Amino acid sequence: MNTLTESLLVAAGLVTDFDPHLVDIVLLSLRVSLTATIIAAGIGLPLGAAIAVGRFSGRSSLIVFLNAMMGLPPVVVGLVVYLLLSRAGPLGSFGLLFTPGAMVIAQTILITPIIAALTRQIVADAWAEYREQLTSLGAGTLRAAMTLLWDTRFSLATVLLAGFGRAIAEVGAVMIVGGNIAGVTRVMTTTIALETSKGDLPLALALGLVLIGIVIVLNAVAQMTRGWAKVRFG
Amino acid sequence: MAEFITGLPIRLRQVCAAPGGVPVLHDIDLTFTAGGRTVLLGPNGAGKSTLLRVLHGLVASSSGSIVWGNVTRRPQGQAMVFQRPVMLRRSAADNVRYALDLAGVRGVEANARIAEALDEVGLRALASRPARVLSGGEQQKLAFARVWALRPEVLFLDEPTASLDPAAARSVERIIADIQARGTTIVMTTHNLVQAKRLADDILFLHAGRVTERTPAQEFFATPRSAEAAAFLEGERL
Repeated sequence: MNTLTESLLVAAGLVTDFDPHLVDIVLLSLRVSLTATIIAAGIGLPLGAAIAVGRFSGRSSLIVFLNAMMGLPPVVVGLVVYLLLSRAGPLGSFGLLFTPGAMVIAQTILITPIIAALTRQIVADAWAEYREQLTSLGAGTLRAAMTLLWDTRFSLATVLLAGFGRAIAEVGAVMIVGGNIAGVTRVMTTTIALETSKGDLPLALALGLVLIGIVIVLNAVAQMTRGWAKVRFG
Repeated sequence: MAEFITGLPIRLRQVCAAPGGVPVLHDIDLTFTAGGRTVLLGPNGAGKSTLLRVLHGLVASSSGSIVWGNVTRRPQGQAMVFQRPVMLRRSAADNVRYALDLAGVRGVEANARIAEALDEVGLRALASRPARVLSGGEQQKLAFARVWALRPEVLFLDEPTASLDPAAARSVERIIADIQARGTTIVMTTHNLVQAKRLADDILFLHAGRVTERTPAQEFFATPRSAEAAAFLEGERL
């Protein structure tokens, strides 16, 4: 057996045996990315809906800005959050640097524009279809935005899954603000980077398998949800 | 529920409209009083649907004035049914409930109105069915149930039977007659002259964004006053 095959076998063993070290890393990753996704959803969903339905000066520029922010380089976000949270930074007194909290902040900043921009597009498409009917029934801007968010909930669930997928697969920003401290801020992606550089492939491969598994499950759930919703609600 | 303010009569004075920057309506002077069924007729592009939307406050006039009762902002008490009904992703009953909620009708009163409205249009058995999986005809009936529950003072109908089969269209016509029998003023557009004859008390004929005549229906179909209307009817006969 060559090294790769051996590593894969050991990696598979780590996964199937629920290796405690691996499980801790996976759970921390899920906790950080889920928290970031929930916060980003709380900001991005209403923001996207408001931009889709509202009419105000600077709206077009805001849409361009939001779309551009979807391509934010993670390391730049990491650097900015690092500077903000560092002892000399404006938020240094909170002591968040090199904690999971700092990683949540970085991931939230990264995925909020994604969730907001995709939400805006989905809600804007729905608004084009619903606008006359909702206006005819007397729905104001706020009520219309809330109605559209609810009516597009299955498409928006896919958006949230995409945001979560982006967060959990991200490495640059969390590496900078988390510091990759074992047992504290070491998540799947940063562990993979570290273990690969050390030549310890089994753990890196095991985490890679878990990460790919999560992404596949997320996509499957998204696809099934949309398919079910289409049949159930039209 | 907010205090009811009548939106009748609707008075348009020198109204022009240019939705999307394209001039569609020119110098419209009209008054709609309570009661009756007015059918807007005219060739494609005459401005019928735009006029309906101006009357309902969905399209702003580019000049002139429009007054509903004594106010210049569209009051409650109006409703509109579109050619293609838009249903929310919720049950048939909840689509009606949503409209009532916006009108401030909730609780027991809302439940009673929902049941009555679904009965009226023959959809009681489908109350819990998701609205968007209903057939086109059923969705249009549900749109009328929504309107029935709202009990509007004025109802605007934009080609409400255009995409329905003959049986469904007749069923919708019966619902329109029932709604009018409750005292609702009806203003509608249609391309179906037979339907216009059946439903209209008076005909408002539009051509190129202008009203060329407003005539009692019988008189319109027997001896139209304007050359444009005569040509339109002649085209229908050919």
